[in-house]
Amino acid sequence: MNQVVQIVDRRLNGKNKSAVNRQKFIHRFRSQIKKAVTDAINKRSVTDLDKGEKVSIPAKDISEPFFHHGRGGFRERVHPGNKEFQQGDKITRPEEGSGRGNQASNSGEGQDEFIFEVTREEFLNFFFEDLELPNLVKTHLAVLNETKKVRAGHTSTGIPTNINVIRSLRNALGRRLVLRAPYYDKLLEAEKQLEDLLQHHKETDAAVIALRKEIEHLSNKIAGIPFIDTFDLRFDNRVDRPKPITQAVMFCIMDISGSMGLEDKDIAKRFFMLLYLFLMKTYEKIQVVFISHHTEAQEVDEDTFFYSRETGGTVVSSALNLMSAIIRDRYPSSEWNIYAAQASDGDNWDNDSKKCTQILSEKIMPYLQYFAYIEITEDRHQNLWQEYLSIKAQWNNFAMQRIESLTDIYPVFRKLFEKQTHDK
Amino acid sequence: MINKPLSETSEWTFDLIEKYHTEIARIAGNFGLDTYPVQLEIITAEQMMDAYASIGMPILYSHWSFGKEFVTNEARYKKGQMGLAYEIVINSNPCIAYLMEENSMTMQALVIAHAAYGHNSFFKNNYLFTTWTSANSIIDYLLFAKNYIAECEERYGEKQVEEILDSCHALRNFGVDRYKRPSRLSMLEEQAKQKVREEYLQSQVNELWRKIPTKEVLRNNRKDNQFPKEPQENILYFIEKNAPFLEPWQREIVRIVRKIAQYFYPQRQTQVMNEGWATFWHYTLLNQLYAEGLVTDGFMIEFLQSHTNVIYQPPFDSKYYSGINPYALGFAMMTDIRRICENPTDEDRHWFPDIAGSDWNKTLHFAMQNFKDESFISQYLSPKVIRDFKLFSILDDSNASEMAVTSIHNDRGYQYVRRVLSEQYNLGSNEPNIQVYYVDRKGNRTLTLRHTQYHGMPLDNSIDEVLKHVVRLWGFGVRLETISEDNSITHVYESTHIHP
Repeated sequence: MNQVVQIVDRRLNGKNKSAVNRQKFIHRFRSQIKKAVTDAINKRSVTDLDKGEKVSIPAKDISEPFFHHGRGGFRERVHPGNKEFQQGDKITRPEEGSGRGNQASNSGEGQDEFIFEVTREEFLNFFFEDLELPNLVKTHLAVLNETKKVRAGHTSTGIPTNINVIRSLRNALGRRLVLRAPYYDKLLEAEKQLEDLLQHHKETDAAVIALRKEIEHLSNKIAGIPFIDTFDLRFDNRVDRPKPITQAVMFCIMDISGSMGLEDKDIAKRFFMLLYLFLMKTYEKIQVVFISHHTEAQEVDEDTFFYSRETGGTVVSSALNLMSAIIRDRYPSSEWNIYAAQASDGDNWDNDSKKCTQILSEKIMPYLQYFAYIEITEDRHQNLWQEYLSIKAQWNNFAMQRIESLTDIYPVFRKLFEKQTHDK
Repeated sequence: MINKPLSETSEWTFDLIEKYHTEIARIAGNFGLDTYPVQLEIITAEQMMDAYASIGMPILYSHWSFGKEFVTNEARYKKGQMGLAYEIVINSNPCIAYLMEENSMTMQALVIAHAAYGHNSFFKNNYLFTTWTSANSIIDYLLFAKNYIAECEERYGEKQVEEILDSCHALRNFGVDRYKRPSRLSMLEEQAKQKVREEYLQSQVNELWRKIPTKEVLRNNRKDNQFPKEPQENILYFIEKNAPFLEPWQREIVRIVRKIAQYFYPQRQTQVMNEGWATFWHYTLLNQLYAEGLVTDGFMIEFLQSHTNVIYQPPFDSKYYSGINPYALGFAMMTDIRRICENPTDEDRHWFPDIAGSDWNKTLHFAMQNFKDESFISQYLSPKVIRDFKLFSILDDSNASEMAVTSIHNDRGYQYVRRVLSEQYNLGSNEPNIQVYYVDRKGNRTLTLRHTQYHGMPLDNSIDEVLKHVVRLWGFGVRLETISEDNSITHVYESTHIHP
């Protein structure tokens, strides 16, 4: 009897059946995962935010207990592959823990860690969580760059709608010409012969019949060449290109004098990261300039920026002067969108703050898209704050905020995001 | 008769799958394989990973542990540490077998023979499966369970549901009946019954815990008030029926986990046989295809390469060794039974007088139908297989300073090796024997579990964590006593209930 079989194509059914379970898993271990993400943020560069992260959490936290035997007692087991053992042989017991036949651990790597990857979206979610970003902003930041299809030549594979008719037919024509060439010459010759023959012979003559047969054969050969074949096909090729083709430069200015602690720097880092993330969504190419200062300002690389510590006083104007010089030399505002983020504990030499106001309003603000300043302190506002208040009154692309915890960061950028989300 | 091969290339199409299936089904029928109707489902690699995470079932309630399983597999698969299994087959009627789209035609044919005919006929005929599982209603029941649990999450909160499930999972191996036969129900019946059960159960529990003594209870009081009357091995069942403070929906969840554990219980007891049977038949069926000229040499080479990988048994000192490969042992034993029937040696006649020279197919079917791994090995493991595998037994007694080789593959050792290996597949001795022993009904309602020690093996340190789960379900303190083989209590673990 023939068995009835049912063949079902399930491939188009949703593939994310496990998504719910995955979410539950992440939800259950959110504190551990969040800690791992926070650690990762501290290790990552400011400009390196747009990918997922390998997260590892202690295996014992996620194990599921059940009743089972532990080590010890009296066990007898059968194994395969005996080579030289005889009945009655004694064997030293393998070291604890190195015993073979351990169940493969979940971790894939160390036995004590459970390692898996969170996606870019999940990573950003955890990153945003601390900052308490409004949803609109979250989606704005998390959305991948919009792209535009642009032409990029032709390919030999593709989808039917992209067939390039002219090129495909041109190829077909060429192929037909080449393939029929040997027969075509013979055909012409045979037809000529036939014409000659017919002048002296009748249709019924053997030679004429043979020749007619030959002509028919050759014509069939030529007719048998396919009009179009799969390898004639050419398709228009289109590639994705990111839409906004503009560039921006981001200045990170930080006070690294003795008064800024490691924790303060960590807050500052999140602040810079957020600005970077924002810029990344808006501009295709971004350069970051790190300026650190105490009494003197210096352009430094990222590591030095976050990890070096100097002692001594603080002269903020030195940094602003340096920034202004860099803008003049390397980033003309006709070609670059310029953003700046400054983090400080607000300390400054008294008579320097006036100078800052002057540099800012004359040499910097006219060229800038946005300037964000955060004051990381728990004391009352410092003298730089008072000075900057006047700038804020004057320029509406200047934002400032006093920061005590991570959640305070977002308001600095509120205007920035408002503007962008309106533009959309 | 010379046939034309069904296909020459390794590409598969729906047409070809149907053609191969028709031929395989025909040959399987000739060999007398009795199967459920077959449903082949083509899936992608991602869907295969989804299926992995839900213990192979097409529908399952959601729980974080399945998500954990999923991310583990996903990470290992992406890193290339793990290939995906070629097949997953579900003990249902019709029998559902998954074919992965990445597989070549050869592999698809292999899976059809292995899963859709090998495993399928095993599911339909092995006594454990026919007694303990209901292929007709399992998919319905899983659907009921998934909907019910989703509904509970909505009504009582995801966290509450998750906690109950966590606790039930901790006890799921102790949620099976080993002797009683569970009832068969479809989803609609199940839903209808569930309501009635909810009310009835609650009323029973109330009766059990009633504080105002009735006459009857007073009368019982004169005797020693032992409850339960006899130790209960199905801990989850006992909790479902007797835990004082579980809500009706919580009892239903306990029941769902218990039912699903029961459904998988036969699979855990027949790994060697089931895989051996399926492997034996894919090997036999595909060779028959080849003999009839329906497949090419290339097909056979690809198939044999994959087949040899599947039945490879690394020796104990290999770094790939992780115990005995059930495919290898099962296939060797099935093949060996056929050999004993067809070409018995003197040794075989001595060891297996009943089957030497008998009809191999009948003998093999009889073995498949009436045994589980433990009894199958103790009945059929032949000296030849012991020699081929070079099996030997090692005694590890934690009181001795060294381990001892107790037998090897020689005349003196065959019986011994066979007995030890058979015992190795006895779930009853692999899992600790823990039963519900006593409930202090008149006092503080503590539940006492009794662990009867076997071979002096202690419980794992994680025991305290498990007891917390039992406490959560029971609602009062839980005490676990370990009774050593000389009947004295050697350990007591206790976990008390902390009122929230």
